[in-house]
Formats: sequence, structure tokens, C-alpha cells
Amino acid sequence: MSHALPVPDDGGHYGRFGGRFAPESLIAALDEVEAQWAKVKDDADFQAELDHLLKSYAGRPSLLTEARNFSEHAGGARILLKREDLNHTGSHKINNVLGQALLAKRMGKTRVIAETGAGQHGVATATACALLGLDCRIYMGEQDTERQALNVARMNMLGAEVVPVTIGSRTLKDAINETFRDWVANVDHTHYLFGTAAGPHPFPKLVRDLHFVVGAEAREQVLELVGRLPDAVAACVGGGSNAIAIFAAFVPDENVALYGFEAGGEGADTDRTAASITAGSPGVFHGARTFVLQDEYGQTLPSHSISAGLDYPAVGPEHAHLAATGRAKYEPVTDAEAMEAFRLLCRTEGIIPAIESAHALAGALRLGRELGPDSVILVNLSGRGDKDVNTAADYFGLVDSEGQA
Amino acid sequence: MMPTTTLRSKLAQAREADRAALIGYLPAGFPDVESSIRVVQAMVEGGCDVVEVGLPYSDPMMDGPTIQRAAGLALDSGTTTDDVFQVVEATAATGAAALVMSYWNPIERYGVERFATELAKVGGSGVITPDLIPEEADEWVAASDKAGIDRVFLVAPSSSDRRLALTTEACGGFVYAASLMGVTGTRAQVSDTAEVLVRRTREVTRDSGLPICVGLGISNGTQAAEVAAYADGVIVGAGFCQRILDAPDLETGLVAVRSFAEELAEGVRSR
Repeated sequence: MSHALPVPDDGGHYGRFGGRFAPESLIAALDEVEAQWAKVKDDADFQAELDHLLKSYAGRPSLLTEARNFSEHAGGARILLKREDLNHTGSHKINNVLGQALLAKRMGKTRVIAETGAGQHGVATATACALLGLDCRIYMGEQDTERQALNVARMNMLGAEVVPVTIGSRTLKDAINETFRDWVANVDHTHYLFGTAAGPHPFPKLVRDLHFVVGAEAREQVLELVGRLPDAVAACVGGGSNAIAIFAAFVPDENVALYGFEAGGEGADTDRTAASITAGSPGVFHGARTFVLQDEYGQTLPSHSISAGLDYPAVGPEHAHLAATGRAKYEPVTDAEAMEAFRLLCRTEGIIPAIESAHALAGALRLGRELGPDSVILVNLSGRGDKDVNTAADYFGLVDSEGQA
Repeated sequence: MMPTTTLRSKLAQAREADRAALIGYLPAGFPDVESSIRVVQAMVEGGCDVVEVGLPYSDPMMDGPTIQRAAGLALDSGTTTDDVFQVVEATAATGAAALVMSYWNPIERYGVERFATELAKVGGSGVITPDLIPEEADEWVAASDKAGIDRVFLVAPSSSDRRLALTTEACGGFVYAASLMGVTGTRAQVSDTAEVLVRRTREVTRDSGLPICVGLGISNGTQAAEVAAYADGVIVGAGFCQRILDAPDLETGLVAVRSFAEELAEGVRSR
């Protein structure tokens, strides 16, 4: 069976997932984003401007690094790391924000708002706004502002206002709710720079389009390095932007297995998890039909992951579709497995990964042992771990409870 | 032809009396299930023609701090979808029209057809769905038609003329006109955008005569009177919740709610 890259229908549906479950007040704005994106997507001037920024500012193309030492722990499989951690601001997020910030300017918007979990998307958004002269406000769950204090300082330095969200579970999902509330009230001059491949149509497609470059580059780099396509592509999945970023170009390559590694937390069979495809069920959340962690009455369940960026109780609708059709497989990776892979990459390769990306590395260790030494596994190293040093030091007992070494 | 609902009769009666209808909102289970029934009774005693019983949801994207807090307390007290039906039944028993206001996921999770059937069974007139647009509502249209209940969608100041037509065509009972671009909560002034939106909506509902009710930001009798001058119904939510939140005990809260409803009821009669 061959698979084309999924193209959503006019309403933004991927099979039975996706769509637009949004208040009427926002429909005009969503229509505008959709129409403007359709217009500039093939506009040579816009693309030239974006390409220029990606090359001269973000640092694209990002490197492909073979992790030879790490490979020894992965059954000898060749592990190739797509180095999105080397991008400006330290993660894949910059691709999306530069594109959407340019789009916001095209739409005549003067203000940008965004949610952030780990802070990577917030930092990237604040960066793009500083560069392009846009007012910027970032909503961040209060719990996340505490575990990612360094990123809050970073956003402030870049001129963004960071608003801690104190209601609900005080994490990413509540930050998204609050950003939508702001958008409804200020939509005439404000763009909601959505950070992941989720939300109401057209965001899942817009975000995927802007990240498509990741997989497209990696596909060429792998062909050049090993002379063939990889056997498997691995990425971590929270909302799913870095995963769709590296999957998209490979979806039509039916012999390339796609693996999304969800945040299992303390175990996907416990109530301390964020594995929405593994442990959730179809529902409607944040504007789209997708897999959601929910109770029998449709109330969203609190999610848990050691990684703030994956601590989200749902997933982008295209992943829900890829899971339902079987084109991609989604498996949980626990906090402990992720932290072991985190430690291993630091020690064997001298690369400190984001804890988010460590979930993909843990998955690659598992896959490599399964596929054996002749296999080639491409891993999206979606971000660097500088922001996670406190969490990791605490986890490994490198500091005392006061944070002192 | 759909059998008429209590909602439709209430709105028709108000129109005959040359006044706007008063529509109050309260989350079921706020502050707990039994007390919420007593609050609804006080709202009706004070003059509410219609009560929207809110289904408290964990992620109320369209609600401001007051209703977020009220709905949060309702969830904390253990309110479930089945409790919502109990409050609807008690609301219908007061003689007022009972609606449910709910985000879409709890309805989908309960089972769309099962929800519609159960609501009709307990005497509910219809459902307001703030995050469901007609384009996504095929299953809901079929289920609500089958159960003989009204579907209330929203229009907003940002709605295009094309969308005003599409949305009002899908509505039954009335169309909910959001007075402003924003979330629920009281405002010092009712925005002028409400009157413009109602005028634009009238253009597309001239043939059907679908009532247009205005909500968001209305918090006193004067504002209710202002809106009643051009709308068929005035919707008030946060103001009721706030009075319960502010009261030292339920009895005091009930007195405040009743007197607030009276003030609004007088407003909607001063066209």
C-alpha cells in the first residue's frame, strides 16, 4: 500500500480527525490565516524571505550527526541525529515561528501571542518578534514557569511579556486556553502564533508546512551519507510538531517505518502519563478531533511528563490519523527510560539533548536492539538540553534540594 | 415540522408582550447539585424566562474568570453529565424553558444521540454549543432533529454575512449573538457592536423570524434594557455566578440572585 502525504479536506480533516471546533468569533481569523497562507505558500517573494531567514538567521540546513558511540547501546544500529538542537534558539521551533511571524506581518498584525510549555516555543516566538518588530505576549502555565525559570528570563530579555497562567492544571493546556481567550478579544490586530501541529484548522497544516524542511533536509542527508533511506524514523510526540516535521517527507516512502514516542510519564497504564494516543481516546480538544486523555464524561485528565514540552493531554490530528491508518506507530517511553537515554547521549556523544528529544533517543535504543546492526535509524534531536539542566541535575541527584551543587 | 419546544413558546410570549426574554445561565453543580437547583429556582422566581444549565467542563476556552471559577467549583464538587440532566429536569419543573450550554467534547463523549434523547426525556428544550460550528455539526443536527430539541449556534461581530446566513439557518429556538469579541464576564458597558450584529443578523432571518438573543458582558438592569431595545432576548451568566461566589452562605446568595433577576426582568420590560 502506498501512502501519499495526507492532505486535509477543505475543512481541515485528516480522515475522521482534525477539523475546526472553535468559537464562531475565531472563524473569520482562522479563515484569514488559511487564505493568507494559501496565498504566500507559493509566493516567490515570501518564500525567498523565509528561506533567507532560515539560512542566515536560524542556521539551516541543520546537521546530520552519526552517533557512533551511542549506536553501541542500540544493538549496533546506525543512529543518525537530525540536529535541530543546533538551530538558533535551540530547537526545531524556530522554523515555524519565523514563517508565522512573517505571515502575521503580511496580515497587517502588530501583536503576536503564543503559548509555551517547556519555553522553547515561547523563546522562539519572542525571538522572531524581536527580529521583526512585533509586540509579543507569551502565556505559560505557572507550574512550567517554575520548572523552566531560565526560559522565562530569556523571553523577558527578548522583550516579550510572560504571563503565568494560574488556573486549571497550570501547564501547557491551560496556557493554550488562555491564549485563545486573549485572541478572541484582540483578534483584529493580534496573531496567535500556534506552536504545535494541533489546534483548529489551519494550524496543524500550517505548522507542518513550515516544518516540512526538517524531514526534507534529513531525507537528502541520509541518502547522501548511507546511500539509502533509513529503516526507521523516530521522534518524540507531545503536540507533535517535531514529529510531523521529520515524518512528513518520509510518509510516501512506504519502507520507512515511522515511530512517534509519546511521554509515558510514570507508565502509560498509570494516571501519571501524557501518552494520549496509547492511553487516550478520540475526542475534541483545543479545536480539533483527536486522541485525548479524558474521563468517561469527556473531562480532560491531567497529564504528567518529566518533560514540560510533552506534558500535554492530546496530540495533533495528523498524528491521530497516521496512528489510525497504521502508517506511523506510537509507543510510550517512561520518564525513567527518557532520562537514561538523556544520560547516555551526554556521556557517549557529548550532546546534552532536551528531555523531550530524549524520549526519541530512548525509542531509538529500543528500535535498534530490535532491528539490529544492519539497520539505519534517523532520530529527530528536536532540541538541546540547556533548559533542562536543573531538572536533570535534580533527577540524577547532582544537586541538593536547594539547587546547590 | 418539529413539535414546538418550551423555549419557542417562551420567546413567542415575550415577543407578544413586546418585551425581550430574560435568559439566565448557571453551571449545574455550582456550588453543588442540590444548591444549583435552588439557585435556578431563585433565578426563575426573579423573572428568568429561560435558564441555560451549564455543563461544567475542564477546559472552558470561551469563559472568563468568573464562570471558570464557578464551573471549576462544580467539577470539584463531583458534578457529572448525569447531574446536569437532573438540574435540567428541576429547571423544567419550574415552568421556565431549560437549555443546556455545553462545550462539545462532553456531549460527544456521552454519545451525541444519547445526549439528545436524554435531554428531551427530562424536559430540556435544546442545547447551546459555543465551540461547535454548523460545518462540524452533521451528527448533532440529525440527533437533535430526531429528539425534537433546539440547536442554538452562535454568531459573532466577526461573522461574515455568508456565515450569518449559514449559522442562523442551522439554528432552532434562537440564535445566540455574542455582543463583543471576547469571553464571558461582566463589562462596564455593552459594546455597540452588539446592536450592529443584531441588525445584520435580522437581515438574514427576516423570512424565518428566528429570535436573536444577545449575551456576553450584560451585568445590570440598565444594560439589559439597552439590549432589550433591539434584541429578542437578553442573556446573563457571570452576574448570577458572581452573586453566589460573593455570598457568605447559600441563603444570602439566593436572595441576591432573586433580586438581581428582578432587576434584569424589569430591564427587559422597559423597551
